[in-house]
Amino acid sequence: MATTAEPVAKLVEALSKLPGIGPKSAQRLTYCLLRSPVEEAKALAEAILALREKIRLCPICFNITDCDPCLICRDKERDHSKICVVERPSDVPPLEQTGKYNGVYHVLHGAISPAQGVGAEELKVKELLLRLQDGVVSEVILATNPNVEGEATAMYLRQLIQPLGIRVSRLARGLPFGGDLEYADEMTLRQAIEDRREF
Amino acid sequence: MGAPRTYQTYAVIIKGVRIGEVDKIVTIYTPELGKLKAVAKGAYRPGSKLGGNVEPLTHSLLMLARGRNLDIITQSQTIDAFPVLKSDLWRMACALYVLELVDSFTMERNENRPLFDLLLNALKWLCQSEDSEIVLRYFELHLLDYLGYRPELHRCVICNSSIKPVINFFGFGQGGILCSSCGQDKPAAHSISVEALKVLRLWQRCDYATARRVVLKSELALELEQVMHGYIKYLLQREVKSIAWLEELKREVTC
Repeated sequence: MATTAEPVAKLVEALSKLPGIGPKSAQRLTYCLLRSPVEEAKALAEAILALREKIRLCPICFNITDCDPCLICRDKERDHSKICVVERPSDVPPLEQTGKYNGVYHVLHGAISPAQGVGAEELKVKELLLRLQDGVVSEVILATNPNVEGEATAMYLRQLIQPLGIRVSRLARGLPFGGDLEYADEMTLRQAIEDRREF
Repeated sequence: MGAPRTYQTYAVIIKGVRIGEVDKIVTIYTPELGKLKAVAKGAYRPGSKLGGNVEPLTHSLLMLARGRNLDIITQSQTIDAFPVLKSDLWRMACALYVLELVDSFTMERNENRPLFDLLLNALKWLCQSEDSEIVLRYFELHLLDYLGYRPELHRCVICNSSIKPVINFFGFGQGGILCSSCGQDKPAAHSISVEALKVLRLWQRCDYATARRVVLKSELALELEQVMHGYIKYLLQREVKSIAWLEELKREVTC
């Protein structure tokens, strides 16, 4: 016979499905919610529901949004001749936080990973090529991750975009701030030396 | 006295899977222990000391600490990052196919030194070679050899008769050549021309320096690819996923 009240057991089970949350953490969160004011619990429930009901993909850049098109794509002040291509929606906020980029984005929703059976068909590549057809775009910035999958994706996109006469650039690679030269890997150091700048 | 808590090994990094925020479980192929999985803690942190040394397609020297389940990579140094493979789309696709084959065919902690050498050499050959098809077929043939799937190419595997210089068959289930009469009614068999059979026989016994001198016409290259892929698919009982990507890139080139 179950000794835990059913609503508690249900919430523990639901929370423990989230990444990084085991059964103990789920239990702790559940009892915390049980102790908190009912308004807080309601607000959390409403936020979760709103997330699923209102969030969709922007039909232009395929970033997650609650309006159509997204705030970035509808912003006339932004430079629509530059498209920054990223792997996931979560890659956009860090680039925005730099305050250095005023163009628009395109979210691929993944990277090419042959061993996992993810090819270009599974990504928003065709949609990107469609965006490039109107002649407005003069530069595509490839901001896929600097790993094997990200490089494969970037090289593949370069192969498709360069013949269109559009400038293709790649985010610079080099030593991270707070890093240590002694422990830097060969590929990073090689890039850092090749792409060094006047100081 | 038990085994020491730490050990050092050369390794080719085969693949990595993110665990949690910043950790990574990497599959590596080593000369002494064969394939094994190990944890690279904090590998996804921007300033990680492991970072690029544990990226797939890298030959590294690793220090590992024995863990309860998985061993933990504590130090790493790149021996060869294969920058040529990582900056050329086609070569990278070929190299990823090579890694997937090793991953698919091997069991964990099964030492196979010749296979490690073959893997490392294949990555080096892919960096230098103008004809990657030769590298891939030579690699496949010798990989199967080292794993106990060496195909019989000289006598019919059913009737043991010597093979005549006509169109014969490659029997995937039988693991070798079937003569023209034995192979006719076998569903899991692919016809094989005299030229293709000669090339396979040569590659099976020669070193890579000799193998690379073969000039492959496109039809012959395609035939060899179909035979080898058919045999590999039969052995694995599934498609090798990277093949789809190689095919896609070939289509892009011909378009």
